[in-house]
Amino acid sequence: MKLYDVTDLAVRNLRQSVFRNSLTTIGISVGVASLVAMLSLGIGLQQRASRRLQKSGLFDTVVATSRRDLRNVRAQREDGPPPAESPALDEPARKKIEQLPGVVEASPDIRFVTEMRFDGKPHLTMVAGVPFSAKSNNDAFDGMQGSFFSSEASPEVILQKSFAEELLGMTPKPGTDNTNIAELAKPLLGKELTMRYAERTASPSASPTTTVSGDGGPSDGAAYSVVSHRQALKIVGVTDLDPDSMRGTARARVFLPLKLAQDLHVVQSGLRDTSPSDAPTYTSLSVRVGNPNQVPSVEDAIKKMGFSAFSLVDATRSVRQFFAVLDGFLAIFGSLALAVASIGIVNTLVMAILERRREIGIMKALGASDADVRGLFFAEAGAMGLVGGAVGVTLGWAIGRLINFGTNIYLERQHFPPAQIWSVPLWLVLSAIAFSIVVSLLSGLYPAARAARLDPVQALRYE
Amino acid sequence: MESSSPNSLAVRTENVSRHYQMGEALVRAVDGISIDIRAGEFVALLGASGSGKSSLLNLVAGLDRPTSGTVIVQGNNLAALSREALAKYRLHTVGMVFQSFNLIPSMSLLENVELPMRFAEVDRRERSTQARQSLERVGLSARLAHRPTELSGGEQQRASLARALINRPKLLLADEPTGNLDSRTGTEIMDLVRSFNHSLGMTVLMVTHELALAEKYAGRMVHLADGRLVDDRRNDDARNVSSLPASGSQKGTQ
Repeated sequence: MKLYDVTDLAVRNLRQSVFRNSLTTIGISVGVASLVAMLSLGIGLQQRASRRLQKSGLFDTVVATSRRDLRNVRAQREDGPPPAESPALDEPARKKIEQLPGVVEASPDIRFVTEMRFDGKPHLTMVAGVPFSAKSNNDAFDGMQGSFFSSEASPEVILQKSFAEELLGMTPKPGTDNTNIAELAKPLLGKELTMRYAERTASPSASPTTTVSGDGGPSDGAAYSVVSHRQALKIVGVTDLDPDSMRGTARARVFLPLKLAQDLHVVQSGLRDTSPSDAPTYTSLSVRVGNPNQVPSVEDAIKKMGFSAFSLVDATRSVRQFFAVLDGFLAIFGSLALAVASIGIVNTLVMAILERRREIGIMKALGASDADVRGLFFAEAGAMGLVGGAVGVTLGWAIGRLINFGTNIYLERQHFPPAQIWSVPLWLVLSAIAFSIVVSLLSGLYPAARAARLDPVQALRYE
Repeated sequence: MESSSPNSLAVRTENVSRHYQMGEALVRAVDGISIDIRAGEFVALLGASGSGKSSLLNLVAGLDRPTSGTVIVQGNNLAALSREALAKYRLHTVGMVFQSFNLIPSMSLLENVELPMRFAEVDRRERSTQARQSLERVGLSARLAHRPTELSGGEQQRASLARALINRPKLLLADEPTGNLDSRTGTEIMDLVRSFNHSLGMTVLMVTHELALAEKYAGRMVHLADGRLVDDRRNDDARNVSSLPASGSQKGTQ
């Protein structure tokens, strides 16, 4: 038979016992729906976790450090020129790194420990410059109270939750981590902090009062003075999450616009900085790479330039592995319902054989081949799979949405920002329908073979 | 495949048997029948219930395979054909008419008649044209869209005839075609069968237990009892009988 005829007859047969076939199809739909709902949650969580990890810099950031940096223990072990002879991590080097293939941005890492005065009381903390681009690519700022910096160099600060607590004189009780960030931010937003810092200025005179010369470095006569300054800063935001999560112990709790931090020329500890202030050198650069796959090549290129470089690309592998296992488990649970549904298909088609025994006999007497009969039952199974798959995907999508909706109500009550924990990508839609058809066809194997083998003489005798 | 010129052999069975195992007992439904049927003959298979006439018909139809012996139709040894080839044989070489009509209730008459052409992969438009012509020939052109259940028994059997002839078979096999019909309608059907026998030169093998009907239409009457051939004779009394001689290899033993 031609494909058209097989399809036509199959659809006709399905319509004959529309109630029973609908029930079977609903069974398949429920199976597919549970599979899609499970996987959409798995994929949604994975996407959310990867996005969070990506924005945290785990996936796409290479940290380049100058080998001159005293704190750079790694530099002592690595091959290459001795620290003293390695190139300076200055503005030309930054530009050169930024032009490496695959690099999106290379921003200097400026961080220093300083004193912040609030309400007349001093607070010692680590301060870090944050590039303006972090507004969109670091999701620690997504759920923040207040707003991001208004411009690239505005005298504004964003506080990490723990520092905000310190300013308000709150000591976090052990075991309770659910301080309401909104209430925490209310008395702080718009208020002023005063930062005391040491500015590094070029010293024109040969005998400055407070001159520090490059310690042990190739002295080319350059020297700088350190001048104490104050800078008033407006609190614009308080963030719950840690934008500086990659930094370990050097984590900052106060964040300034990077451009402002650069312009202030703050003395950074441990830097063998011998250059004058108008040509700054950096302790390290955060190099953001467009595609996580390019991280190793960028890392190599930076090392070839004579700097130290490190990334956490290996960490991403175990995260992906975890989600592969999670998705696998979710798929198995989701498939259980589909397995039950496939038994329903077998049952329905075997019933159909009994019911249509005589009809099969007639068709065979008229010249239908085994393949024709088999094809017909296959087409019926496939059609139920297709319709069941399509309805099931829609149903699964709706269930996923519902779970997402419910979760967000819960998150809101717990004072967490809303989250998209559910995702139905096109590939999931298509593969769920394809899977449903394949499962249905497999379920149709036995009934189709049984119908094809039917003895026409017996079948015609059957009343 | 041989052509069906007059006097050429349409069907030959050689010592054909069909035995069934029913529990402990062995049922000899067909038990060593040899018979030759020439192309264009109208043969009636007569006998009481259980005499094996329908079983023999099923063997010739290629619906069943013999336990032993051979069935040769139009030069094809049916026992040697694969399942696939046997289906092709049923599709193109034989047309079947049954006592209970065996039309598919969910299909209209036109669709029922078209059905064998679907298996023959005939183009849709061509199929519809031929099915209409075939139904017209049996006088049902006004009933194309009707379901079988909406028709009388005679009309259903005429539709069934139209379906049997749609793929232009060489051999028409009829199993008690008038068994479910009143005598007047039965006569109408038999007149149609005879007209096809005459006009198309189609060989007809008809199973019946009505002697009168056989005498009226069949040019040759073969009697079976307990799976054996007991009588095979020409019937020159049949109206407008085609002048073909009986050629049974086994003569009556009574």
